[in-house]
Amino acid sequence: MAGVAGTRMGQGAAGGDGDDSLYPIAVLIDELRNEDVQLRLNSIKKLSTIALALGVERTRTELLPFLTDTIYDEDEVLLALAEQLGNFTGLVGGPDFAHCLLPPLESLATVEETVVRDKAVESLRQISQEHTPVALEAHFVPLVKRLASGDWFTSRTSACGLFSVCYPRASNAVKAEIRQHFRSLCSDDTPMVRRAAASKLGEFAKVLELDSVKSEIVPLFTNLASDEQDSVRLLAVEACVNIAQLLSEDDLEALVMPTLGQAAEDKSWRVRYMVADKFSELQKAVGPKITLNDLIPAFQNLLKDCEAEVRAAAAHKVKELCENLPMEGRETIIMNQILPYIKELVSDTNQHVKSALASVIMGLSTILGKGNTIEHLLPLFLAQLKDECPEVRLNIISNLDCVNEVIGIRQLSQSLLPAIVELAEDAKWRVRLAIIEYMPLLAGQLGVEFFDEKLNSLCMAWLVDHVYAIREAATNGLVKLVQKFGKEWAQNTIVPKVLVMANDPNYLHRMTTLFCINALSEACGQEITTKQMLPVVLKMARDQVANVRFNVAKSLQKIGPVLDTNALQEEVKPVLQKLGQDEDVDVKYFAQEAISVLALA
Amino acid sequence: METKLPPASTPGSPSSPGLSPVPPPDKVDGFSRRSLRRARPRRSHSSSQFRYQSNQQELIPLPLLKDVPASELHELLSRKLAQCGVMFDFLDCVADLKGKEVKRAALNELVECVGSTRGVLIEPVYPDIIRMISVNIFRTLPPSENPEFDPEEDEPNLEPSWPHLQLVYEFFLRFLESPDFQPSVAKRYVDQKFVLMLLELFDSEDPREREYLKTILHRVYGKFLGLRAYIRKQCSHIFLRFIYELEHFNGVAELLEILGSIINGFALPLKTEHKQFLVRVLIPLHSVKSLSVFHAQLAYCVVQFLEKDATLTEHVIRGLLKYWPKTCTQKEVMFLGEMEEILDVIEPSQFVKIQEPLFKQVARCVSSPHFQVAERALYFWNNEYILSLIEDNCHTVLPAVFGTLYQVSKEHWNQTIVSLIYNVLKTFMEMNGKLFDELTASYKLEKQHAGASEPSYPLHPPIILPSTSSREQQKAQERQELWQGLEELRLRRLQGTQGAKEAPLQRLTPQVATGGGQS
Repeated sequence: MAGVAGTRMGQGAAGGDGDDSLYPIAVLIDELRNEDVQLRLNSIKKLSTIALALGVERTRTELLPFLTDTIYDEDEVLLALAEQLGNFTGLVGGPDFAHCLLPPLESLATVEETVVRDKAVESLRQISQEHTPVALEAHFVPLVKRLASGDWFTSRTSACGLFSVCYPRASNAVKAEIRQHFRSLCSDDTPMVRRAAASKLGEFAKVLELDSVKSEIVPLFTNLASDEQDSVRLLAVEACVNIAQLLSEDDLEALVMPTLGQAAEDKSWRVRYMVADKFSELQKAVGPKITLNDLIPAFQNLLKDCEAEVRAAAAHKVKELCENLPMEGRETIIMNQILPYIKELVSDTNQHVKSALASVIMGLSTILGKGNTIEHLLPLFLAQLKDECPEVRLNIISNLDCVNEVIGIRQLSQSLLPAIVELAEDAKWRVRLAIIEYMPLLAGQLGVEFFDEKLNSLCMAWLVDHVYAIREAATNGLVKLVQKFGKEWAQNTIVPKVLVMANDPNYLHRMTTLFCINALSEACGQEITTKQMLPVVLKMARDQVANVRFNVAKSLQKIGPVLDTNALQEEVKPVLQKLGQDEDVDVKYFAQEAISVLALA
Repeated sequence: METKLPPASTPGSPSSPGLSPVPPPDKVDGFSRRSLRRARPRRSHSSSQFRYQSNQQELIPLPLLKDVPASELHELLSRKLAQCGVMFDFLDCVADLKGKEVKRAALNELVECVGSTRGVLIEPVYPDIIRMISVNIFRTLPPSENPEFDPEEDEPNLEPSWPHLQLVYEFFLRFLESPDFQPSVAKRYVDQKFVLMLLELFDSEDPREREYLKTILHRVYGKFLGLRAYIRKQCSHIFLRFIYELEHFNGVAELLEILGSIINGFALPLKTEHKQFLVRVLIPLHSVKSLSVFHAQLAYCVVQFLEKDATLTEHVIRGLLKYWPKTCTQKEVMFLGEMEEILDVIEPSQFVKIQEPLFKQVARCVSSPHFQVAERALYFWNNEYILSLIEDNCHTVLPAVFGTLYQVSKEHWNQTIVSLIYNVLKTFMEMNGKLFDELTASYKLEKQHAGASEPSYPLHPPIILPSTSSREQQKAQERQELWQGLEELRLRRLQGTQGAKEAPLQRLTPQVATGGGQS
């Protein structure tokens, strides 16, 4: 290294026209070969700098061959290299020379490590667009073919992602070859390759001519969907979404639906899960008529599948499925063909299923309208509100707004209250936290009276929760409530209760008072802050616990801007000055900080 | 900043000022899936196999096999096999108790019969037997209850239908091991598809099931010559998927155990296919997160290969060095253990090829702040054979590790490590006193040099790192100059392409436009 650098420095003074010889490629290569991985990585990340310094020609003739030859490094370095090369077209002389980048990327596309390979494929896809049609056929397509017939699965897997980018711009003869290669990968011996092909089948189908889709893609789809490995079959379901979009209703019915029907009844729950998971996409792709004839019955089966995972996935799709049904006859279909199954799910044995349903079921009320909601859905909501699993109840409560629009929340309030109270006192603090987050929403919908009567005490109880996160969330919740119900309400209901805690024997509760004041002062405005809150804060400056005292200093800094100059000078300043002389260093620090921020010095 | 507590009242954890101790989740969904899954009572295990079972007919106890005359034995056997093909719901433990008992008794009898009675296994019963086995054992494994199932920490989910399933496996095993068993007949039924489904079952969470599968697959491999290549290929597919796609498969250890004995039986010279399996499957398997679950079996396989063919050593060791754990000390200890196993069988001619990179890595391990890693690495010097290899090559090995050992002996926090290193250094001294003295001298000189030269770069404080030697500093400075020069050149090039109409300072901007991917 020292020797090489010496060479560089020997020529360093030359500058000017001697640029090309200034940085012999050897120096750069030395950097790219450094023993320290981090340095190699840094060098690779600055590859564009090197290339620019070398100029396009030397980048092509010296740098790229070096990179191609020495692809044996840490995966991290290779990943960075694969990424860099995707943006290199300009640095090798533009589209006419884009093909120079193919050899190193081809090697990278065959390495073992998946992330490197994927990145190389991504870069290749990017570069393919920069090729001229001629260069594409002369350089890119041969590369795809080489990868597709590589002897290790890695190169064949990578090839799968490249077909769709080169197909559209290839000539007819080449197109036929490309299709042929893709076909053989779909029946590859290695399941990894079949999975890669299956996952790109939909993408490839989209760029093919309609005839080829029917004559070639559909048989491939059918084969993959009946593969011996369920991991391949389930990927075919994904492809189905894309393929279905391309075909006419009649073709779909004849060519695709039998296979999809099989998938929905596959013996492997993973495949059925995939059908459930992709249901909305499938529904949109096949159109309303086939949905009614084929998909709804399949959906019914998925909703009563023997595997809870499948039922949960299907339950998640209930609302979307109903929404996407054609308006005409929608209500009847839902009432007769979907609702009976939903009713059963409400008392499912698995909590994930119930919770999935609870997260969407409220959405049905807008679709079904007031009458049906009250008659048919309300009992289900109420049942779920009483569910033993907190997640189910929470999901119902968090979606109350949908119902509110249709029937008003009052219908539910009697059942709502016990559910809320129970969640509010749940042993798990995360459950309590979640319900706190909904409090402002609930308060808005239930109205101020209901809130004062039933919920206010809960909010106050949270302020003295033994978990800090709950106290904090409750404090923030108060602000939102004040924004909803107004200052006057705050003054009468919240503020007195908050201020009482200032005398609590527990210092944590006393600090909560300060935190609440910090949060509320702005929403409550100058008058309340000055008259009610400030005296309490000032009094607490004499607290025996240092944590409380420095929080007083912080609070004063926080509420200072809300106060008028008079109060600041007459009341706040002396207290802060006194705290500034406190025996505790932290109290002093925060007092002085407050003094300087409020410009009271 | 310290938190001051009042004497008595300290409920919960006091919150330190300014910082909230528990960051509030920004999403309403405060449930981590994990916590919920952990907390809830165990859901009964479901199993897909009951899907297609409808209108169950009632099982009626048949006469005992031993009570019928030989002429009626096979007819009764076939009826019993058919009975055992009826599936029961074990999720509901009280459902159809009578039927379950009839099947259990029949299975017991079948196990007994196939194990002890000669002449039972005649050609016509093979399809019935295989059908009964297939119906019982082949099923889609249910979803894992715990998506983050950790085989080391968590209790596995046990198969609810085990009371029957175990007997079926036992029967299968005895069938395969029976002296009457004829592979030539059975191969019509035990085909590739059968084997593939058998392999899929290795993902079962129930260790009892995997144990049976292991023995059974081993027998199948032994008896069906035509399936051997297929089994090996499918195993490598499972491993590759495990490495590169899923990182989840419960039966890796069991499959590796079978492979260990398969490798043991490979003929020499090794086929390319086998070597490829070692290099492209077994070595990358070391990179998997859950290595600890199957490391013993994996190391055994690797060593088997090396005992067969020593020329593979370099490949293997370089592979291990490539996948050497960077952050997981537990894995590092395992790697060191495996490396010692390899060194135990290494040929001196092979050792020479990898000694340098290998001992650089060992030196890095010795300097690990985790004392178990350092300790494990230092144990290499307790191994007579390794010691003799080091001695034979001390002119290469010593310089590779000396600096680190010397430095760590002065700096390591753990007393045991320090004394172990002293022992190692003492061994070195006894091994080759002259070389030891030379290395000590040159090490000290370099240290001194580094100390003395520090003030000579007063203008570049940022590049002087506390513990770098002067040569490193010099290199770092050269590197900085190199990149600065490059950057200038790059800018000049950019100017060239932009034309020279702008003022130099403004020309600094185009780097944003063209500098593809620099961070």
